[in-house]
Amino acid sequence: MSDRNLPQGDPKGQDAGVRATQSGPTGAPTPMADRPDTASTSDQASAHQAAEAAAQSSTEPKPVENAYDGSHRETEPAPSHDEPQAFNVTVIVRRFDPEVDDEPRWVDYDVPMYPTERILDALHRIKWEQDPTLAFRRSCAHGVCGSDAMRINGKNRLACKALVKDFDISKPIYVEAIKGLPLEKDLIVNMEPFFDSFREIQPFLQASGKPEKERHQTIAQRERFDDTTKCILCAACTTSCPVFWTDGQYFGPAAIVNAHRFIFDSRDEASQVRLDILNDREGVWRCRTTFNCTDACPRGIQVTKAIAEVKQAMISGVKL
Amino acid sequence: MSETSSSLTLPDPTPRKTSFSGTLYRGNEGMWSWVLHRITGVAIYFFLLVHVLDTALIRVSPEAYNGVMAAYKNPIMGLGETVLVGAVVLHAMNGLRIILVDVWPWATRNQRLLFWIVMGLVAALMLYFTPTHLINVFSPVEGGH
Repeated sequence: MSDRNLPQGDPKGQDAGVRATQSGPTGAPTPMADRPDTASTSDQASAHQAAEAAAQSSTEPKPVENAYDGSHRETEPAPSHDEPQAFNVTVIVRRFDPEVDDEPRWVDYDVPMYPTERILDALHRIKWEQDPTLAFRRSCAHGVCGSDAMRINGKNRLACKALVKDFDISKPIYVEAIKGLPLEKDLIVNMEPFFDSFREIQPFLQASGKPEKERHQTIAQRERFDDTTKCILCAACTTSCPVFWTDGQYFGPAAIVNAHRFIFDSRDEASQVRLDILNDREGVWRCRTTFNCTDACPRGIQVTKAIAEVKQAMISGVKL
Repeated sequence: MSETSSSLTLPDPTPRKTSFSGTLYRGNEGMWSWVLHRITGVAIYFFLLVHVLDTALIRVSPEAYNGVMAAYKNPIMGLGETVLVGAVVLHAMNGLRIILVDVWPWATRNQRLLFWIVMGLVAALMLYFTPTHLINVFSPVEGGH
């Protein structure tokens, strides 16, 4: 009950009375204050209207003003430039149904989209409104879980982080599964080989002694491996690697990145074990520095640099 | 009104099929330098294979060796030599770039710049080499080599 009185997260504006007392000296609402943190486009539009109202009311104060409840006031026509324009985007998806198809096939869909939307929204629209048989993975839809890595216009991207406005929509957008892992259906691949490599490099802290108190680390020591802690295991890097496409035994960038995260951790004592694992024929020396992985990483990890550092650690020892 | 009765029927997706396989991965300079490195590497390997064989001929029969060498002296082989030198120069320069990228953190960060420096060096060296070489190839004077 008390939650209802909180200013944020109340898009219906049921606490109009509370809002009115909070508003600025002109009696107009302060749009930024009562805007919810996770504002959707419609919320943003009404915030714009509120700002408009605030500008108007400086000359002629109006009674109750609420950003979300416009039924009582005289409405001005909404400024047209604020309305996002929907446009048609042709999305061509590489479909594969193992029960029907021998080979994957390209299928194209016309999807109405807004510039603020993402490729994931296009896939949702296809699945929800046009063709429910489309199969793809996604979970958080906000670039954290790493489920929806796919090849969009020939580059590995997270569908939930690829904005439509960043693509040339006069041409079709090609969406296909990531390369090098067994294709299961449509945009879904079997991630097991990827996670097997990840498990093999022992991606967990190995420290002797009982953890009776914190294991101290200086800021510089923490900074040393900060970049590689960002990995979300989406496989965008590993499946962008030309070496991995032809040699599935290669550990791949993601496994090396996660090894790097512990090799250069001052608290960890098993660096040499991991270096020995990666000093394999299929280890770091397979890396041909194509930098596709660095380019593909949705978290901006300098993947090739991390691999180069692991190579250096093998030659001249770990420099923390 | 009639639409409500057919609400259970899904709209026909009318998929238009297009026929081509997966798209080419759009890598950046790093990937293309790797592709060039592979192609030139394999090409140079096959050249060396033939080169070792024809040079070994001199142990078998000097006449046969001279015959083969004479056969090489034609404009097509001359153009081929230009391509060969280009491949060797590119492979060598890019090989140095790869070594730097592996061992020098600055180069790892600036691999893209280094790629274009390599390309510039290859272009400069070939601009120097190609005219002199082609004048040699197409000049009627016998001898040389």
